[in-house]
Amino acid sequence: MRETVISTNQLTKQFGDFIATNKITFEVYKGEIFGFLGANGAGKTTAMRMLCGLSKPSSGHATVAGFDVNTQPEEIKKNIGYMSQKFSLYEDLTITENIEFFGGIYGLTNKQIAEKSKDLIERLGLVKAKDQLVGSLPLGWKQKLSFSIAILHQPKVVFLDEPTGGVDPVTRRQFWDMLYQATENGITVFVTTHYMDEAEYCNRVSIMVDGKIEALDSPDGLKKQFNANSMDEVFYQLARSAKRSDN
Amino acid sequence: MRTIFFLLRKEFKQIFRNRALLPLIFVAPILQLLILPLAANYEVKNINLAVVDHDKSPYSQKLISKIMASGYFKLSGYYEGYDVAFHQIEKDEADLILEIPDHFERNIVKENTEKIFLAVNAINGTKANLGGAYLIQVLADFNSQIRMEWKQQSRFNEAPTIEVMHSNWYNPMMNFRYFMVPGILAVLVTMIGSYMTALNIVKEKEIGTIEQINVTPIRKHHFILGKLIPFWVLGIFVFSFGLFVVSFLVYGIIPQGNLFLLYGFLAVYLVGILGFGLLISTYCDTQQQAMSVSFFFVMIFMLMSGLFTPIDSMPSWAKAISQLSPVTYFIEVMRMIVLKGSSFADIKYHFVAIVGFSVLLMGWAILNYRKTM
Amino acid sequence: MHVFRDRKSLLMLFGLPIVQIVLFGFALTNEIKNSKIAVLDYSKDNVTRAITHEIEASRYFEIAINATNKNEIEETFKKNKIKSAIIFPSDFENKLYHLHKARVQIIADASDPNTATTLVNYLTSIIQNYWKEKISTAAVPLQIIPEVRMLYNPELKSAQNFVPGVIALVLMLVCVMMTSISIVREKELGTMEVLLVSPFKPILVILSKAVPYLALSLVNLIVILVLSVYALGLPINGSIVLLFAVSMLYIITALSLGLLISTSTASQQTAMLLSLMGMLLPTILFAGFMFPIENMPLPLKIFSNVVPAKWFYIIVKSIMIKGLGIESIWKETLILLVMTLLLLILSLKKFKVRLA
Repeated sequence: MRETVISTNQLTKQFGDFIATNKITFEVYKGEIFGFLGANGAGKTTAMRMLCGLSKPSSGHATVAGFDVNTQPEEIKKNIGYMSQKFSLYEDLTITENIEFFGGIYGLTNKQIAEKSKDLIERLGLVKAKDQLVGSLPLGWKQKLSFSIAILHQPKVVFLDEPTGGVDPVTRRQFWDMLYQATENGITVFVTTHYMDEAEYCNRVSIMVDGKIEALDSPDGLKKQFNANSMDEVFYQLARSAKRSDN
Repeated sequence: MRTIFFLLRKEFKQIFRNRALLPLIFVAPILQLLILPLAANYEVKNINLAVVDHDKSPYSQKLISKIMASGYFKLSGYYEGYDVAFHQIEKDEADLILEIPDHFERNIVKENTEKIFLAVNAINGTKANLGGAYLIQVLADFNSQIRMEWKQQSRFNEAPTIEVMHSNWYNPMMNFRYFMVPGILAVLVTMIGSYMTALNIVKEKEIGTIEQINVTPIRKHHFILGKLIPFWVLGIFVFSFGLFVVSFLVYGIIPQGNLFLLYGFLAVYLVGILGFGLLISTYCDTQQQAMSVSFFFVMIFMLMSGLFTPIDSMPSWAKAISQLSPVTYFIEVMRMIVLKGSSFADIKYHFVAIVGFSVLLMGWAILNYRKTM
Repeated sequence: MHVFRDRKSLLMLFGLPIVQIVLFGFALTNEIKNSKIAVLDYSKDNVTRAITHEIEASRYFEIAINATNKNEIEETFKKNKIKSAIIFPSDFENKLYHLHKARVQIIADASDPNTATTLVNYLTSIIQNYWKEKISTAAVPLQIIPEVRMLYNPELKSAQNFVPGVIALVLMLVCVMMTSISIVREKELGTMEVLLVSPFKPILVILSKAVPYLALSLVNLIVILVLSVYALGLPINGSIVLLFAVSMLYIITALSLGLLISTSTASQQTAMLLSLMGMLLPTILFAGFMFPIENMPLPLKIFSNVVPAKWFYIIVKSIMIKGLGIESIWKETLILLVMTLLLLILSLKKFKVRLA
């Protein structure tokens, strides 16, 4: 049995009459890349926010990295990384300053920060740009940097909310290489995406429709189950039945 | 504590790197402190006087030159009749008409009494009131002067008179800037404190970095402290700059009271104002909203605070509103300590009020912050 | 008409004028009423008691304390509990009748110089009037009696002065802010591009933006006028048609200014900051209704001439309160007209440059 990092049980979030996330139950194992798919408005972001301790579930349970979402959100925060679809580093700080800041608030020592930041900057090939303001970097670099900073403190899980929006295919490929590297270091990746080619890269994929998880398996398993040639077709078959969308 | 250190370092770096914000923090207040008191001068002087002299006697001449010598008036001209002079008022060339009737001198001497006619453009009530009062004062002086002349010829018995002496305390030169500068300084600190805090926090909301902060182990109160301390320090800094450089060096205003008391009050006041900024930020999602909301409140605070018009003159509902604004207390205390040298015992009620406001605003802001972000 | 859909803008559009009119009309006045005074009477005779009574009876004063010594007065001043104090020396009545002269001392808190002057004047005239009536008029020889008539505003209300200024201020703020923000918003959203690639000419695009705001501003003007007449009791002595015609011109001036701002800024935020802060302060400072322009140093006086609100304020005051016609305001109107044309030409030019 593999170690479980995230497990949810009947997790529900309700805003008034609107049930954004409807009794979802699933498990995510250590070191895997878990794709969290769904059309716009299917409830992905809401579910993710609950798992990150940003919002309290209306009912149901979930544990992340061994801590309860309802009662220990602060403990969870110490053990996860997060990268939202909006670019979320400080554009008016330099690369080094951003690394120092986020390292500092995750409680790394000054020595650790210095080492990690040197290592990270070299790895990303940003040595020349290290004192540049982050705002002046191209989008692809920003996202790579953003991810590197999100896993700076070696979290157990990293949550990525549509991390590769608006990025060219080459950079996307490089970005996924970084995700694989992270999993090799024992970090679990929980990612939402709209790109079906990216879904193929995941170890396992869940597809949400109207707040419920309608399918969950490896990409190959799903293709078999739905008798389809690609994830695109799988997704289309499921999403067609959706009643709501946010547009 | 270490978290706060990292937060503070980040805030200060960001503040000093912001090309749009820095001038707003430093240049704007200095400019405002320099220009506002020059412009906001209600002193009533240079009252334009139109004279209609039907008598053209030595007495009427003497009266007119006495009026001119008082320093409050400027002669806009002599006119043949009231209608012509009134036209000057319509054109805003004159504020006041003095009409001296025919046989003015003769009637005073013969009839023992004579009327003189004043018409004041009263659209601006203050100016009309004071202008009229000045002229009547000069008239009364003139009146007793001629009485003296006649008395020396001892035609009359001396009547008992009450002599009114007056002294102007705390500002004997009646310098209007003494009144305006401390008040404007108070408003500036208020604007910086509320405005900057609100905008700064809403900006993080708008660009999404606050979401990132929320998934980190930073405690909310750490984050709030990290936001508020820099602006608290900036507020104190701008205030000191305004007090020592602009108000003291440029306008020569020497604070009469205890500086520690002043700073103590400021320190508490700033907590309330920063709380107000934080509160606005919890209710707004975009910088634009935050800007309009804080603009709206600062405008009302400023107008109702007694900065320009006395609170005593307001109707009671307006007085009540002004008592609900912390700015009112700060402006009053500024003027009391700087101009009158009031002590802690004198301002203790203000102090209690401001502590109350600070606790209330900050508490409400923090509660709301916890709920909404 | 997405103007109407934006609730917050609408609130700003109509809320701001109403709040300002109410504030300026009712709350902000320089009239002295119930000013707190301390009385220190060392004599306590018939005359001093009578004078104290006169002071108490006047609507200007309210006796806050009867002090027993000078220290007490000073302390009360420092607590900001009183604005003035009156001190009668001992043996007041005696001195008055036997030495024919007695002195009374008035102390005013001159940290607010104007209020201080007004208070001293009121107190002096209360005392002198009392005394004049007491010793019959015949006893005072060679009297000059001033007869004062307050023109246009016999009750010396502040509204007469402020409201025309607020009209100038509000129209300026609302028009400039709304146009600049709405155009910049279209720029930000990219819808401006869509409009510009359409077969409409730029001038038509601009007109189509400006016309709804012109209409809204007119509605605003009507709201303000109705409020000033019915709530504040202000007269409209001159021609309403003329008032509307000139206001229309002024609104166009403000709209062109908003246009100019929008062509020179890229973000809604800058547009907002420029139109709120950039317009508010100069308009309040230099329109002439808050602060007398004649007291300002020369550079500021010269600067005040480029503030459109200054000219409009003179016009509104002349039409509404003085009841004058076009022959008295043609100069100011001409200045506004020239300003408008200059602003329009300038912003159209800038607009074209951006397109090229």
